[in-house]
Amino acid sequence: MGEILRNYDVLDAFWMTIYLAFFSAIGALVIGTILAVMRVSPVGVLRWAGTTYVNIVRNTPLTLILVFCSLGILYILQVSLADEQSATSIRDNNIRWAIVGLAVYHAAFVCEALRSGVNTVPLGQAEAARSIGLTFAQSLTQVIMPQAFRGAIAPLGSVLIALIKNTTVASIIGVAEASGLMKEIMENETASLGVFLIFAVGFVILTLPTGLLFTWMSQRLAVKR
Amino acid sequence: MTEPLVVLKDVNKHFGDLHVLKDIDMEIGKGEVVVVIGPSGSGKSTLCRAINRLETIESGTITIDGKTLPEEGKALAQLRADVGMVFQSFNLFAHKTILDNITLGPIKVRKQKKDEAEKRGMELLERVGVAQQAQKYPAQLSGGQQQRVAIARSLAMNPKVMLFDEPTSALDPEMINEVLDVMVGLARDGMTMIVVTHEMGFARKAANRVVFMADGQIVEQNTPEEFFTNPTSARAQDFLAKILTH
Repeated sequence: MGEILRNYDVLDAFWMTIYLAFFSAIGALVIGTILAVMRVSPVGVLRWAGTTYVNIVRNTPLTLILVFCSLGILYILQVSLADEQSATSIRDNNIRWAIVGLAVYHAAFVCEALRSGVNTVPLGQAEAARSIGLTFAQSLTQVIMPQAFRGAIAPLGSVLIALIKNTTVASIIGVAEASGLMKEIMENETASLGVFLIFAVGFVILTLPTGLLFTWMSQRLAVKR
Repeated sequence: MTEPLVVLKDVNKHFGDLHVLKDIDMEIGKGEVVVVIGPSGSGKSTLCRAINRLETIESGTITIDGKTLPEEGKALAQLRADVGMVFQSFNLFAHKTILDNITLGPIKVRKQKKDEAEKRGMELLERVGVAQQAQKYPAQLSGGQQQRVAIARSLAMNPKVMLFDEPTSALDPEMINEVLDVMVGLARDGMTMIVVTHEMGFARKAANRVVFMADGQIVEQNTPEEFFTNPTSARAQDFLAKILTH
């Protein structure tokens, strides 16, 4: 096992996993929040658009979404997210499109987690907000969403853990993250069980503290009623 | 009691098959304190909520200070800023401190500076007797304290009229008076108030007029004196007999 760790840059591969997870989590949070706002808005068209997005994206395998980003958008439609002249343009494009795909996919789950958070906010809070003259947007940003986020921390934690593990799918479009390296090592070496253990433990080290942190935060930040 | 501040004309509303407001006509003058009483299901809460359009109406008009209630949007938000509302369940913003609850409206709607809003907020908390609790969260306060904060939150907007939707119904008995005292004080200071309540003592002490509602209609209205001693309608006599015997 020590030999594997010496010969292969396992840490670097996990660093890519963290990099993918970090940026796609931010993207998913932003898109998911917008979707959640659309789904609770009084405008029918926005509600319909949000619902349609969630239903389509949530029910599509992540593999398909990433392959579509890579083959469909990057190679067929030629939409590049990296400088074509640079030496690392293929690598950069793969990574960036992987982040986009992961963000778009997990945004649907973030949206649903937030919407369950919105449901923890009593109707009276919105009525009180409107009664002091706040506009719809102000009620949302000042009163409803801050409480909805606090009520949604635990399910958001589950989404983040799923996202961290789902970064492994990015290896199919050529991103050198942890599971991609694992496959490579398994092809070259004989100690499969050891390799498997190294990567399993690596993911546990990433996800277990995440879960603990979110559980702690959900208790700490819970809105007392 | 000069020109009417709030005018309701031919207001109608249904909840499904239930006709909750039937041809309501009502005028409330500046500085007037009107208490609305009636059996549960009589439509009194709906009436109160319709005045700042938390409930929409199907026909008729409601005007406040000469302006007809607009559709949902910026204009309605502006109008609501001038109409204070106190709820049965307080509805303080659970994630904000007491002081932040009070200053949110002045800062976001009235565009006041933060320190200015906080200074006025503390004065109002002083007035309702909960200044000590300014940095606490709503859940840390008793019901009576929360309701007094809710009144201060409405007052911070300098409303032209205040609506009270059963403000003491969710309170323990020993906390009712502390809230009523604040309301009596407001009435003395000349605030225009529409109060839906079961507190007959408050009606006697502070109201200019009692409006009795039953089955979605205004059955009878009179001064508290007259209404409690000489109710004219059978429905009101029956209602008073039931609540005043114990």
